[in-house]
Amino acid sequence: MANHLQRAEVARTLMEQVGDELIVCGLGSPVSDVSSARDRDLNFYLVGAMGSATPTGLGLALAQPDRAVVVVTGDAELMMNIGILATIGIKQPRNLSILVFDNERFGETGQQVSHTAYGIDIAGIAVACRFPHAMLVRQSHELGKALALTHAMTGPHLAVIKVDPERVPISIPIKDGVLCKGRFRKALLGTY
Amino acid sequence: MADVSSAAGNPDDWRDQVFDAFERAGIEIFCYLPDAGLDSFIHRANAGNAQRAVILSTEEEGVGICCGAWLGGKRAVLMIQSSGVGNCINTFSLVSNCRFPFFLLVSMRGEFGEGNPWQIPMGSTTQDMLELAGFQVFRATHPEDAVTMVTEGLKMAWRSDAPVAVLLSQRLIGAKDM
Repeated sequence: MANHLQRAEVARTLMEQVGDELIVCGLGSPVSDVSSARDRDLNFYLVGAMGSATPTGLGLALAQPDRAVVVVTGDAELMMNIGILATIGIKQPRNLSILVFDNERFGETGQQVSHTAYGIDIAGIAVACRFPHAMLVRQSHELGKALALTHAMTGPHLAVIKVDPERVPISIPIKDGVLCKGRFRKALLGTY
Repeated sequence: MADVSSAAGNPDDWRDQVFDAFERAGIEIFCYLPDAGLDSFIHRANAGNAQRAVILSTEEEGVGICCGAWLGGKRAVLMIQSSGVGNCINTFSLVSNCRFPFFLLVSMRGEFGEGNPWQIPMGSTTQDMLELAGFQVFRATHPEDAVTMVTEGLKMAWRSDAPVAVLLSQRLIGAKDM
């Protein structure tokens, strides 16, 4: 049995079961994975500002404490601002979950190996930062458990999902940040 | 390390008025990395509802948090020392690309009366860097400037969807004696 999942399949499974969760995707492949599975107004896409997906998710979670917020990002994108896990550990937002698509690579820049390829344990860092749930996902039954936690409102949760390091084509549906912000706010708040 | 002495005549009055301006403008989340010049704002932020004060491990976290809060319909501000502006530069692309309303309060180091040379490279270029990053920058050197600039800067940020920074100069907040 493979010790990792296919990223497109993980994104499809996530987006099939998603309800009214607010989703923030980190730059590059996670935007492509999630939007290819299901683009929707309540998805917010960062295509730059590396390291900012999880802080953006935290701000959203603090502003909307009764809505589940899910950050979908890559291992290197999160590593760039890994201290955000400590900040989240202080605030303990029960509505925030982070799904890390961990391909152990810097995918956008030519598949160079990343920290996690050397065993750096992002889930372990989350545990040390007082996340009540942090798990490593390699098989589909484990994925089901991780996804169930995203709407349990018992967070903060973090799941490191080991995915196939093979390069996949990237497709970004919206690069215009103003448009992406506006459609998200309109859907959530009724105003741009 | 000695205390920070205020160059302003009457101590904390203007600081309270600045924080009052935040509350009047509907700011509900205060992200910060501490500096002596921000101490009274941090104290006020923490005196309110427990979730509203967010201590950061590095300043650029605050950029994403403030933008995310506005995605969710709440107003947040970022309060940092000038050295932290440099840490934020790339993440300001989130603000400009999405045209987020954004308000930054910066306590200055590395300028008027600075006693630590390590602060000078960043402190002396903070305003230029912010302007290059697309910010409207107002520099307060007198207590009444600080209150007016914060009040009007907050209006500008949220009415014009603009990034605005108010710099609290060392002439106003005093230089650390070291």
